[in-house]
Amino acid sequence: MIQVEGLTKDYGARRAIEDLSFQVGRGEIVGFLGPNGAGKTTTMRILCGYMPPTAGKASIAGFDVIEQSLEVRKRVGYVPETVPLYPDMTVWEYLKFMADLRHLPDAEDKVDDVLELVHMEARAEGYISNLSKGMRQRVGLAQALLHQPEVLILDEPTIGLDPAQVFEVRNLIREIGRERTVMLSTHILPEAQQVCNRVLIINKGRIVAEDSPEQLQARLSGGMRIALRVAGEASGLAELITPIKGVNHILEVRQDGLDLLSDPGVDVRPEIARAVVNARYELVELKSIGLSLEEIFLQLTREESSIETGLVTESALADNGHEGETNA
Amino acid sequence: MRNIWTIAKREYKTFFASPAAYVVAGILYLILGVIFYINVAAAMTQQYVPDVQVVISPLVTLLIFATPAITMRLLAEEQRLGTMELLLTAPVRDWELVVGKWLGGFLFLLTVIAVTLLYPVVLNQLIDPGIDQGLMVSGYLGLILLTGSLVAIGVAISSLFSNQIAVFFATMGAFLLLWIIGMPTQLMGGTSGEVLRYLDLSEHFYSTFYIGMIDLRDLVYYLSLTALALFFGTVSVEMRRWR
Repeated sequence: MIQVEGLTKDYGARRAIEDLSFQVGRGEIVGFLGPNGAGKTTTMRILCGYMPPTAGKASIAGFDVIEQSLEVRKRVGYVPETVPLYPDMTVWEYLKFMADLRHLPDAEDKVDDVLELVHMEARAEGYISNLSKGMRQRVGLAQALLHQPEVLILDEPTIGLDPAQVFEVRNLIREIGRERTVMLSTHILPEAQQVCNRVLIINKGRIVAEDSPEQLQARLSGGMRIALRVAGEASGLAELITPIKGVNHILEVRQDGLDLLSDPGVDVRPEIARAVVNARYELVELKSIGLSLEEIFLQLTREESSIETGLVTESALADNGHEGETNA
Repeated sequence: MRNIWTIAKREYKTFFASPAAYVVAGILYLILGVIFYINVAAAMTQQYVPDVQVVISPLVTLLIFATPAITMRLLAEEQRLGTMELLLTAPVRDWELVVGKWLGGFLFLLTVIAVTLLYPVVLNQLIDPGIDQGLMVSGYLGLILLTGSLVAIGVAISSLFSNQIAVFFATMGAFLLLWIIGMPTQLMGGTSGEVLRYLDLSEHFYSTFYIGMIDLRDLVYYLSLTALALFFGTVSVEMRRWR
């Protein structure tokens, strides 16, 4: 449904995305995961025909996003990050306007349909300026669904919502995703895991990993981040810990200890505790902390720089000491 | 065509929900009314017959100042609200967007101008044997053509900034420049003088429409100025995509 090949976009001297290639099949819900400024919005804007890429090609439903921009725009529903609405219009007026722009037959029925879909019938006559952030998000979504698009592109659909609204919007996306192709961006890892069939991790304009959420989850929760803290002298700890079986590598050496990453499936804490105490360090704390998204990005990007080409999925797994569960 | 109408219709309605538009129109009517009253009163005491120019002349000047306030929001507001992204990803061509915006602003100003027709009607009652209708028709026709050009220039400038104040002053500056650009021709002759005179907005109004003449050259001037400004507006919107 979505084909992207070697997509590159420069803003002046700054390169926002570089040589991005991926595909999204019909009926997939794909999460576009990355920190702020990674190039998610840029990629989505190019796909929606908002702006052309500097280099590379992209097509949606077989139509080139530059050459056949209007055809693409007819088939795509897009909700930008800052849900663009006219505050001085009512919800109904706004949706009717968007329906008219898309030349929809029976525009009024279509408006009623999408209002029902996003549960906003009660506020149809209300002014958009009076809506809460969550309701605005839903109106934005309604706008994108008016023409029953083949592809739905959502930029950070749950940002700024309260937990109840987040839950609701995620359910809505899953519901929609049963019939349509959905591409959504987020920087929240659990969100991608809950909603998507597949996740693309992007950083600094490049795809650093591509996987199903299950496999990603396995990979990410496989290694444990362990914090080790001692009182007093801590020098030489790294040399002591590194040889222990099950220790993948040292993440960070601190004044009062260190953080390390363990191999998946092994709890190395008893072993470390023994080694530390035997070496007469004064152990004060030893605990596992989950890998934060930032660390995963750090890891993935670091690993990426160490290989020349190819998908990082494999290299990341290899680097982490995983065995044979690549999906490439 | 349908997209142009959809956009123009929304724009037109928005003006009626906007306090700024009412204030601009209100001030325009107020000043026009005072000038009208003074003129008619003066004419009565000095024993001459006022004609429809006592309405059209101040109206032209007022429109030069009122139009930037009306057009400044057209594209700049979309920029600020982020709705530009919505319009540029909807199946709408860039020129349809620009022309739609122009049409919306133009129709609103036509509405404002239509209300001023009350003055000629009143004047017609006051004087005998009534006003010179040819003068009125050509005057108002010129006014409408001029307004079309002004709104088009306003739209083009509105596409350049997202700050409405910047748009307002830039538009006003452009109007005033075009309004007086022909003045030096009183001192200079030759081809350059002719060119400046041709570019001048007021020259094409005061020397013909205002005194009851309809000249094809002035029609062509205003229409091509409108088309040119809308073209630049479209190019500017397209450039935005590339940035």
